[in-house]
Amino acid sequence: MTDTLTPVLTDMWDVERSWTLAAYESKGGYQALDKAFGMSQDDVIAAVKDSGLRGRGGAGFPTGMKWSFIPQDNPKPKYLVVNADESEPGTCKDIPLMMGNPHVLVEGVIISSYAIRANKAFIYIRGEVLHVIRRVQAAVAEAYAAGHLGKDIHGSGYDLDVVVHAGAGAYICGEETALLEGLEGRRGQPRLRPPFPAVAGLYASPTVINNVESIASVPSIVANGAQWFASMGTEKSKGYGIFSLSGHVTKPGQYEAPLGITLRELLDLAGGIRGGRELKFWTPGGSSTPLLTADHLDIPLDFEGVGAAGSMLGTRALQIFDDTVCVVRAVLRWTEFYKHESCGKCTPCREGTWWLVQTLARLEKGQGTEADLDTLLDQCDNILGRSFCALGDGATSPISSSIQYFRDEYLAHLTHGGCPFDAARSTAWAGQEVTA
Amino acid sequence: MSALDDKTMGELREIAGRYPEKRSGLLPMLHLVQSAQGKVTPEAIEACAEILEISAAEVSGVATFYTMYKRHGVGDFHVGVCTNTLCAVMGGDQIFERLKQHLEIGNDEVADKRQGDQYSVSLEHVECNAACDYAPVVMVNWEFMDNQTPEGAVQMVESLRAGHDVRSTRGPKLCTWREAERVLAGFPDGRVDEGPSAGPASLAGLEIARERGWTAPHVPAPGAIAPTPSKESAVAEADTSRAESETIDESSSADESAAEKREAQ
Repeated sequence: MTDTLTPVLTDMWDVERSWTLAAYESKGGYQALDKAFGMSQDDVIAAVKDSGLRGRGGAGFPTGMKWSFIPQDNPKPKYLVVNADESEPGTCKDIPLMMGNPHVLVEGVIISSYAIRANKAFIYIRGEVLHVIRRVQAAVAEAYAAGHLGKDIHGSGYDLDVVVHAGAGAYICGEETALLEGLEGRRGQPRLRPPFPAVAGLYASPTVINNVESIASVPSIVANGAQWFASMGTEKSKGYGIFSLSGHVTKPGQYEAPLGITLRELLDLAGGIRGGRELKFWTPGGSSTPLLTADHLDIPLDFEGVGAAGSMLGTRALQIFDDTVCVVRAVLRWTEFYKHESCGKCTPCREGTWWLVQTLARLEKGQGTEADLDTLLDQCDNILGRSFCALGDGATSPISSSIQYFRDEYLAHLTHGGCPFDAARSTAWAGQEVTA
Repeated sequence: MSALDDKTMGELREIAGRYPEKRSGLLPMLHLVQSAQGKVTPEAIEACAEILEISAAEVSGVATFYTMYKRHGVGDFHVGVCTNTLCAVMGGDQIFERLKQHLEIGNDEVADKRQGDQYSVSLEHVECNAACDYAPVVMVNWEFMDNQTPEGAVQMVESLRAGHDVRSTRGPKLCTWREAERVLAGFPDGRVDEGPSAGPASLAGLEIARERGWTAPHVPAPGAIAPTPSKESAVAEADTSRAESETIDESSSADESAAEKREAQ
């Protein structure tokens, strides 16, 4: 029986000066690299396929399969790009991972690049996390100095260069083709597909783009074997993942566990909802995944379980809201975010998110009518599946799910002539005033 | 505003040289010009365009797309209050209101430097900065200031204005905005070893695992291995409602389309 929590990527985080090469190597770091170099590239890809690792950036596409799409008969250079643009509201796992254990990412980059036969890799980190960027820059520099990067790595004959690239503030660059545009020095707007990045990505060359946590999982798979990884998790969602609890829980934070753990189990570990209050709604994987409620405490947090409940596992960003929170206020704020971050390329998203904000803001002030709820759902219908990338789709998730579960609360704003909740009761310091 | 000096021009060329195609250097180059001049100036746009052999309009188009590039100056310490939903609910809205009131400025403005102030401060509300387990979060020059309160945030900006040392809750002593921009351009400042490995919330699960002796499984003996998933099963498993419609495309990599769209969103 697997333990409830299974620290692998987080296991280094309490080690003294965990970000340094010396600390990482003292824990066996960079040994998976030699094991990988002793395998053929295709065998490394097969191991990652066999492990069942699925993309940790939200989509859940099998990582090994993504790698196998790189056409090796294409004479152009191949590239690996790490998506470290963690910006999805609620998602906060890659940032502490890169701060506490940057070398596991670097080792993963080397093994992954070797497997897809790339000699150049890029780590695209959102610009707004200065100290994380310092840690990754230093890890790459240390890896060069130790001979883990550069020419003829470990005498294998394999060469790899890594560039750490800081973004400049744009949620849309988490979308992988928009990220490539940013990396090519352009406005971060998504590209039409096909061609897919595997065929024509960075500089129109075959490119693999993977999330930080996906790439950082690779050394453990190579070191311990595909079967070891697959022994954790559920039938179709293998392995471990970092679950990020935030909001109204007693002990918010990062909990690394096999996929399939439930929110009830996680809340037990995290001391429950703060101050003995009730769970009202939560996101399973960031604001772009439809809201769930206290009725969903026991669904397995894997790709299938959350999907069956009408949402998505996403990035395991569990934002927890208790019964002091107005769902309309929460949804309006997310909607304002999507409007702000819409890149403007396609009309359904650019215009649609603007109209969503207008309609929602009116409702939130208690000035609309019940028909506005139908208007909102109609606007969502004109965005979902009709916009250029998933940003528009994501913008509709909180709205349609909140109307599904909390229609009465929208109506209460109309009868109350405004928001019936007191925002002061939701703050982190609200518990200190006691008595209900 | 004077033109960029020779050192900066040399460093801009150095950044462009890191990439197989030099235009890729534009984002870090714009960070560097902000470090040199405190904002993106018309002169800097011309300089980047000249080095990259693209038009000034193309550089300008990029500089106006990304929110970290400023066409007007910011303070020595740029304070960003997260007002995305979770931080807002946890008190970010109250912190932002309090700071606006205290500094007597609105969003994206610089507070007047008072007599005796060592440094200037500017204020902006920011979107989710990936620190939700430390909500409400304030960023100063893109360093984490975790678990803030309105009063604590006021004291912090006053310490910054007075020139006192202020440390990130999960990082080093705060540097100025222009110094920070230089690091983002890829020129490290030697502060990497300051600050902890992880903050308390980051360690919440690990501490429980340590207490209870929970670990990942020990490495098993070689044995049966899970079957390799087929492309068809991969499509079935991809976690997105767009999968079905988009995979009608016959091209070999169409299978990943829908999944890719979700990646990192």
